[in-house]
Amino acid sequence: MDSINKAVLDLKRLDLLANNDSSIHRLDARAKVLVTCVFIICIVSYGRYELAALFPFFIFPAVIIALADLPPLFIARKIALLCPFVLVVGMFNPVFDREVLLHLGSFAVSGGWVSFASIVVRSILTVGAAFILVGVTGFTAVCQALERLGMPQVFAVQLLFLYRYIFVLTEEAGRASRARELRACGKKGLGIRSFSSLIGHLLLRTWQRAERIHMAMLARGFTGAFHAHRQSHFGKSELMFVLGWSTLFIFLRLQNASQLLGKLVTGLFP
Amino acid sequence: MHMADALLSPAVGGAMCAVSAGTIAYCSRKVRQELDDKKVPLMGVLGAFLFAAQMINFTIPATGSSGHIGGGMLLTILLGPYAAFLTIASVLVVQSLFFADGGLLALGCNIFNMGFFPAFLAYPFIYKKMVGNNPNQTRLTLAIMVSAIVCLQLGPFGVVLETVLSGVSSLPFSTFVLLMQPIHLAIGAVEGLVTVAVVTFVFKARPEILQGALEAGPTGSRPVRTVVVAFLVAALFIGGIVSLFASKNPDGLEWAIAKVTGKEELEASKQGLHGVLADLQQKTAFLPDYSFRKQPEPKKSETVPVQKDEAGKVGTSAAGLVGTMIVLALAFLSGLVLKKRK
Amino acid sequence: MSHHIVEVKNLRHVYSDGTVALKDASFRITHGESVGIIGANGAGKSTLLLHLNGYLEPTSGNIRIGDIPLSKGTLPDIRRTVGMVFQDPDDQLFMPTVFDDVAFGPFNLGMAVADVEQRVTEVLELVGANHLRDKPPYNLSGGEKKRVAIATVLSMSPDILVMDEPTNGLDPFARRQLMALIRDFKHTRIFTSHDLDMVLELCERVIVLHEGEVWADGPTLEIFNNEKLLAECRLEKPLSMQGCPICGSGRLAGSAIPCPKSYASSGFDS
Repeated sequence: MDSINKAVLDLKRLDLLANNDSSIHRLDARAKVLVTCVFIICIVSYGRYELAALFPFFIFPAVIIALADLPPLFIARKIALLCPFVLVVGMFNPVFDREVLLHLGSFAVSGGWVSFASIVVRSILTVGAAFILVGVTGFTAVCQALERLGMPQVFAVQLLFLYRYIFVLTEEAGRASRARELRACGKKGLGIRSFSSLIGHLLLRTWQRAERIHMAMLARGFTGAFHAHRQSHFGKSELMFVLGWSTLFIFLRLQNASQLLGKLVTGLFP
Repeated sequence: MHMADALLSPAVGGAMCAVSAGTIAYCSRKVRQELDDKKVPLMGVLGAFLFAAQMINFTIPATGSSGHIGGGMLLTILLGPYAAFLTIASVLVVQSLFFADGGLLALGCNIFNMGFFPAFLAYPFIYKKMVGNNPNQTRLTLAIMVSAIVCLQLGPFGVVLETVLSGVSSLPFSTFVLLMQPIHLAIGAVEGLVTVAVVTFVFKARPEILQGALEAGPTGSRPVRTVVVAFLVAALFIGGIVSLFASKNPDGLEWAIAKVTGKEELEASKQGLHGVLADLQQKTAFLPDYSFRKQPEPKKSETVPVQKDEAGKVGTSAAGLVGTMIVLALAFLSGLVLKKRK
Repeated sequence: MSHHIVEVKNLRHVYSDGTVALKDASFRITHGESVGIIGANGAGKSTLLLHLNGYLEPTSGNIRIGDIPLSKGTLPDIRRTVGMVFQDPDDQLFMPTVFDDVAFGPFNLGMAVADVEQRVTEVLELVGANHLRDKPPYNLSGGEKKRVAIATVLSMSPDILVMDEPTNGLDPFARRQLMALIRDFKHTRIFTSHDLDMVLELCERVIVLHEGEVWADGPTLEIFNNEKLLAECRLEKPLSMQGCPICGSGRLAGSAIPCPKSYASSGFDS
């Protein structure tokens, strides 16, 4: 099944990005999680017709992508697969909100289109922030950061286990699904009946795997507790990173930088 | 039907994050109390299983289009409510980070919409009641069908409420509900069918798995009832706050900032930096006889309408447009420069 | 210390679905022995191994590891003494990184952080995998996974090493590496395998299981020369003991000298 393999390859590629070594990668994961949160909250706190004010925030992904040496086209391609639900819901804005909000020359633009554009830009920024966070931090480190920020250990362990076995199980599912497709001549045989027995088998094998893993854990003295030790410290550079970016975000949130710059320039050449 | 950051207001997103985080904390404690260390790897691999299973498509009967399993009810039946909630939540976390399904702030909403209803409503009040203590095929089928349909009505309804309360989308509540609910009636029926088929398969192959899950679930319905009541209260409370926000202050953070900085209106800051820059502009607007001036003004900004009070904040003048272009260029340029320097 | 003796007496195991996996197995393995357990699929090999560290409880019969009879109360001691390497390393490597995985056992034994670090480094160097320590297990090759899986067990300094199909799915080079590694382990080694050539090279003693019973128990060469016995148990001579398929001449066990004619007629030079 091509789509599964593609999805897995994408996942692996994003996962491997976290192995890069850069000033951003070396920062404590907590700093990056916090900055990403501030960023997203600032973005979503804008009113629905806010569009121009959102653009200055592109400075964050641009700078981080550059400093951390992430592949910009890959990130852009991933962002381009924007959640279709958002677009569908967003498309209704121009339908319901026809009041003219601004004129571009002789072109009247309705509030609906402005808010639709705003939704798209928000999506790009928030979704991009999530990808960048994973790309510069890695899933494991994000989980550990969240745990140190107060997430219960049970849930942290769950996330780590899930992530570990995603790679094993997506490959297994991909193989099973490929076998089914190869024998489903002309799309027949891809219905619910074959699906459910395929999923059923996959589920039983998964269950047995869980039993074997449990065995392996017991064999190494597992008694229910996870001992993790990780030296990471929230030092000066982390503090600078968090304070610097947060200040910038809040400044941008309070001052419409696009407007300011635009005024400056149009003022120069009136 | 993943909820997305782009459609959320901070008040709604934050409230739902708090609710989901609370439920995760509660379930974590419950799972730890169960002291069943077999469940540790089981939850992990079943989460990975759900993740993988959602990538396999099947042909939806009578339509020819393809769909995939949601799996909320399936996991709840296999793991019991607490472990299932955590597992579903963990899958959503990975999806939001790696596949952009929604976004990070929307996680709270998504975890609630897709985890809470199967684990804490459908499972204790529909599934367990209908299946009883000795499951047979008819009971299982009925219970799962009803549960799946109920979950897939409540989940999307949650999406509708969250979207409408956030106010980023202009979709009116009634239209949105009419769009979402009937579609999800069909989706729920298909989800039910698939879940029945998978559970039946497991039931035939390894009946002890289902039996074990039935016993391992919450023993009495009392703890679950407490949870549900607590959440209804919390939801009402939060709903009240949110509606207060929504009515008086369409923009929660701005309101909060205004409170903090003590300024009535953020526009007031124009006297600050805006003012300084405006002064600067006038001083730097040199070359008054420059030929540009003689040209007709193609898109100078006096056309901004004032019918909407939000329009004032829109930032839609030509200045805004020009500035936007510059800002974008600057952002990417800075990226490029930083990259070159390395 | 007679810790390293494994004694199995009249072991019988019936699974909950009624399958009789082991009928009546008895043997005694003394310190420092290297024993191969062979037999057809379904002969009861894996079931037997799972008893050795107490994951399965005998339906009847008993097991002693050194002076300790296997029972619920002695499980932690037994599991520390008997290190178990599973067939599928994906079941054994469940932590986010190689380091975490190897450290899992020592942490469960209650070792201090510094000691754990030292132990992990030693063991990873022993299996030649120290350069992989920060990698997640899903990014390793099959051979690397297997070596790390062995490291996770060695880190608990077991006295007895039990392995299920250690060379399964490895390429020839990785298989050689692994065999060298097993040969260097000083203590008692017990493993099941269908790789009879490996058994021939590494074990001085072989136990043949057939339909849940010990069918034969003796020196490796003796058993592999008993063709009648091997045929009865759906086995055959290791390839290196069989005649050359091209010239028909036999060759000595363990000899690495190939038949000269095999080159001449293989068509490589035409």
